[in-house]
This record gives sequence, structure tokens and C-alpha cells, in this order.
Amino acid sequence: MTEHDPEKLNVAPGAPHDSMLSETVSYVIGLALALGLTAVSFWVASTSSLWGPGVATGLVVLAIAQMGIHLVFFLHITSGPDNTNNVLALAFGVLIVFLVMVGTIWIMTHMNANMGPPPEMMNLQMQH
Amino acid sequence: MSTVSEAPAVGLTHQGSEDTGLGHRGPESKSIVVPYGFWLFVLSDMVIFSALFATYASLVHATDGGPTTNELFDRNLVAIETIALLLSSFVCGLAMITAKRANMLWTQGWLLLTGLLGAVFLGIELYEFAKMIGEGAGPQRSAFLSSFFTLVGCHGAHVTAGLLWLGTMMAQIWAKGFQPHIMRRLLCYSVFWHALDIIWVAIFTIVYLIGTLP
Repeated sequence: MTEHDPEKLNVAPGAPHDSMLSETVSYVIGLALALGLTAVSFWVASTSSLWGPGVATGLVVLAIAQMGIHLVFFLHITSGPDNTNNVLALAFGVLIVFLVMVGTIWIMTHMNANMGPPPEMMNLQMQH
Repeated sequence: MSTVSEAPAVGLTHQGSEDTGLGHRGPESKSIVVPYGFWLFVLSDMVIFSALFATYASLVHATDGGPTTNELFDRNLVAIETIALLLSSFVCGLAMITAKRANMLWTQGWLLLTGLLGAVFLGIELYEFAKMIGEGAGPQRSAFLSSFFTLVGCHGAHVTAGLLWLGTMMAQIWAKGFQPHIMRRLLCYSVFWHALDIIWVAIFTIVYLIGTLP
């Protein structure tokens, strides 16, 4: 990821590097980190030595970290000037994904809490 | 100051020597524009998945007295699925490396391995679906299961489409060689395949791991 062709204003997402070695190294590092994070995720989910209520949040953080690894090492998204367009499109995508997910979960949780049926009906439909 | 000699330099040329950084050199080459457009498609696909994730998160407890996440999901199977898809994504990257060097044998070999690992993933997923439906936990059982099959099934459908695309790419590389337009399609394919693995990371975390917490 060190090579920079000043003539190139843009590179395509996922475009291969010019050097075979740096490219292979990038994929191997990415695979190792992704495997490590996956292993940690499965460990965190099954161990009882962590504070229970925090486990779900920790798993989400690990997943976001692994998505970052995939973007950087597999899709070659960098902070370089030739990647600006790719990064901007990604940022907009992340914004929409964040709005849709957090907005929906936030609203639906409050709606379930405030506007749900009486408790006896609730137990029939929403068994935890 | 001759305006006549300036005219070609600010036209839609791709010379670069007169480049002012203000877009005077015209649009990028097809090898940049096409994968960029595909990148926009992939990101919109992720927006679609975000809606399915939001639906799933809203309905995950609406089991209507039926089976819950803890009763249904098998973490060992999910671990194998995850590793198969991750290795498939990695091997796809290796195929891109050899394809750039126009090595037919290695490219076809790596692409075949990509497809086999993808097929392992898909096989396990179909086995899981069939087992759940056989136990009466099909999509019509509860709102939770409807949203589960929509979310995970949509990802599975993408993987299926990816495998068909992969077969097409292998045939095209074999028949037409490493021409620029074939390489462009192959690059789009690799972006698609990596993106599917990114979505799977979210699925195995939110659906399977958080769903089976004690």
C-alpha cells in the first residue's frame, strides 16, 4: 500500500497492487487478523468469565473491527488520495446503514415498551 | 496566448500532462469507472441488508410460543460456515493476484477452490434450513423465523448468485483469456465476493452468536 502513482487520480476498489509480494502479504495479514477476530468472537460468546451484559456489545465491536479488516486488506480501501472516491461512497453507505439500523431498533424498542398489548397478551406473542 | 492550441488540452482527452487537478482531463478510464459503479451497487446492497437486519432485530423475540434462537442455532456448524466463507474470500484474492499475472492454471485453480469453499458454505446453510423446516421451524412459524429466513436466505441467495457468476467467469477466462474487459468483470466479481463475507460477519455475530448467548 506504499506505492503511489502520481499520475493516477483514482484506483478501483479491490484493484490489485503492482507488487505481487505486497499484495500476497496484504491478503495473508487480512486472513490472519480475520481468523483471530472470529476466534475471539466465538470465545467471547461462550466463556463465562466476562461480564454478561457487556458481551453482546463486545461482539458487535469485534464484528465492526473484522469488517474494517476485510475492507482494508481484502478490498484495499486506503486513506490515500487515489481512494477518496471509494472512501466517500463507503462513508455514505455506512451513514445510511447506521441510520436504518439504529433508527429502526431505537423506535421499535420504544414502541414495544410504550404501545405494546397488555402484559398477558404480550406473553403470548413475545416470549423471551 | 493562443486559445487555439489550448482547446484540445481541456477537452475529453486522457493525456494528463495538462492536468490541473480540476477534472480537465475528462472521465477516468473504464477500468476505474466500472468497478467504482459496481462498488456503489455493493454499498446499496449493504443498505438493503441493513433493512433486513433492522427487521430481524425488531422481531427476534416475537416467537409466538415457537422455538427461540437458543433452541435452534448450532454454533459448531456456524463456525465451519464462517471459516469456509472466509477462506473462500481469501482464495478469491489469490486468484486475483495470479489473474493479474495472466497465469491461467493457477487462476482457474484458485477460482475453483473459491467456488468449492463457497459450495461448502451453501451446503451447510441449506442443511440447516432443511433441518429447521423439518422440525416445524419454517418461515411461517413465527415473525422471528420469517425475518430469520429472509435475512439469512437473502445472503444465501447472494452466495448462490456469486457461485453462478464464478462459473461464468471461469468459462470466460478460459475461452477469452485475460483481456481488459474480462479482468474488469473479474475485479467486480471479487468485490462482490468480499462484500458477501463482510455481510456474513454481521450475520454470524448478530444472529448466531448474540442469539445463542446463555
